Amino acid sequence: MTATDRFTGFVDRAHAAGRLVVQPRMGFGELHRMRAGLAAVREADATTVGTVTLDSYTRCLDDGTARRALRDDPAGLNGFPLLAHGVPAVRALLQDCSSAGFPVQIRHGTPRPLRLFRAMAEVGTDATEGGPVSYCLPYGRVPLARAVAEWSAGCELLAAQPVPPHMETFGGCMLGQLCPPSLLVALAVLEAMFFQEHGLRGISLSYAQQIHQGQDLEALAALRRLAGERLSTTHHIVLYTFMGVFPRTEDGSRRLLAESARLAVLGGAERLVVKTQAEAHRIPTVEENVAALEYAASVAATTAGSADGPRATSSGLYEEARTLVHAALETGRTIGDCLVRAFARGVLDVPYCLHPDNANRARATIDARSMLGWSRAGGMPVTSGGAAPVTARHLTELLTFNRRRFDRDARRHPLRSAS
Amino acid sequence: MNGRAFAGRRLHVVVSGLSSDAHLWNLVHLQLFLEDLGHEVANLGNTTPDATIVEACRTGRPDLLVISTVNGHGRTDGLRLIRTLRAVPSLAALPAVIGGKLGIDGRDHADARLLAAGYDAVFDDAAEGGPESGLVRFEAFLGRQAAGHSRGRPTAGAGAA
Repeated sequence: MTATDRFTGFVDRAHAAGRLVVQPRMGFGELHRMRAGLAAVREADATTVGTVTLDSYTRCLDDGTARRALRDDPAGLNGFPLLAHGVPAVRALLQDCSSAGFPVQIRHGTPRPLRLFRAMAEVGTDATEGGPVSYCLPYGRVPLARAVAEWSAGCELLAAQPVPPHMETFGGCMLGQLCPPSLLVALAVLEAMFFQEHGLRGISLSYAQQIHQGQDLEALAALRRLAGERLSTTHHIVLYTFMGVFPRTEDGSRRLLAESARLAVLGGAERLVVKTQAEAHRIPTVEENVAALEYAASVAATTAGSADGPRATSSGLYEEARTLVHAALETGRTIGDCLVRAFARGVLDVPYCLHPDNANRARATIDARSMLGWSRAGGMPVTSGGAAPVTARHLTELLTFNRRRFDRDARRHPLRSAS
Repeated sequence: MNGRAFAGRRLHVVVSGLSSDAHLWNLVHLQLFLEDLGHEVANLGNTTPDATIVEACRTGRPDLLVISTVNGHGRTDGLRLIRTLRAVPSLAALPAVIGGKLGIDGRDHADARLLAAGYDAVFDDAAEGGPESGLVRFEAFLGRQAAGHSRGRPTAGAGAA
């Protein structure tokens, strides 16, 4: 029996104590800024874990460009160039900034993680995240079979460490918005099963807040139930504040963040990855991240004691997600094989995703109840309504649904200023 | 954004993200936007290497290349791409534009460097009027292209994202 990693242990202890763990997305080019960012998150008035988000060049394994950017314009990098800094510098950073009371997750977004995972093992990370599908289909052009092969090798490399790091599936966040929750739940469970198959034991399953609280609560319950049926390892659920087109007003984005914090508590999620008021405009500062963490934590704390709130819908979401998982698992022998074949056959199909290995025949829409649903099933075993072809204007309306709703609420009922 | 019939040629347009940018919705939206206006689109998708974009332009011979990027590396990656593209003799005069969030700090980067390097227009989300006014300017640019103007006049504006 391997030792439990610090990330898994921290989240479990916080949950037992009735506290929601909140986490930012944060990555800076320079070491001293990354260090200051982690310190600020650690000192925030909330139960926090740290994040080191890698820059886009490192995600694409374009080390040369990352190194040049680090030399010429480090402040212009949109994240932390792990490989360019080198193992000794990053190991020192993590030794200084992380602990059992403040574990740090490295976030990356690459379909080919082997080199990065090797570096992560060498620097001693507590946790990382992604998945063979969720970091392949939306994030580039790497063939799915290749991503699956490299994720298999990468997960096995991590599982062979003295203390294997925690691994979170990003499958419940596909494309950030406009993906019906049954597919998000199915993908999160399938990727978690993939991690388990490759020997990882500290696992979490993600779900991204969408557009309807009741539907999101139903999705979180379905995710917990399906994960419980399919995983033998301990696992927790991480909710993401809405990842799509964000409200423009400060008030609107605070409302959306508050709604996600309530959703996390009511839906029983152990961890919340927040967004900030800057989201609609640019990459947030450390101060904006800390403000978002503290606000989310305060909303979560007041929600924990209240009995009223939105109710979960009962739209058959669990059954649809379970059907998708079953249909995928019938296609192959290993989870990795199943994922490749299910997408090749269109049994799994992420709507609007342009990757060559995705059928892209399914279409999602927002129905009359303001819930996400299928307007076209493609080859998936899901229930769909009829569909008119989507125009650019209609797509914009779908994508800006939350922005318009929360900005409108902000105009009608301004919040009292608080920070 | 009204899908009405337009006067002029049907343009063959290559749409692409840049090498380090994994964002997708901006590309999906741009494709629909162009198709609604009656144009034909080859969408290369996200994280597209420079060589793939150049090759698609060389073999597909489009009327226009539209680069959309929102990850904040647009200034760097977009500059490298257009220099590579303009170095190919057969693509020296291909109309090419770039738009989106071009830097990480929310400032307007529709600066002379991108235009000087060879883009015919830059539509920066951070420019005055934001993305919506950029789309309006982009549509006007398309109208001029379809009407047969070979080179659009550089305008600072917002990207379509």
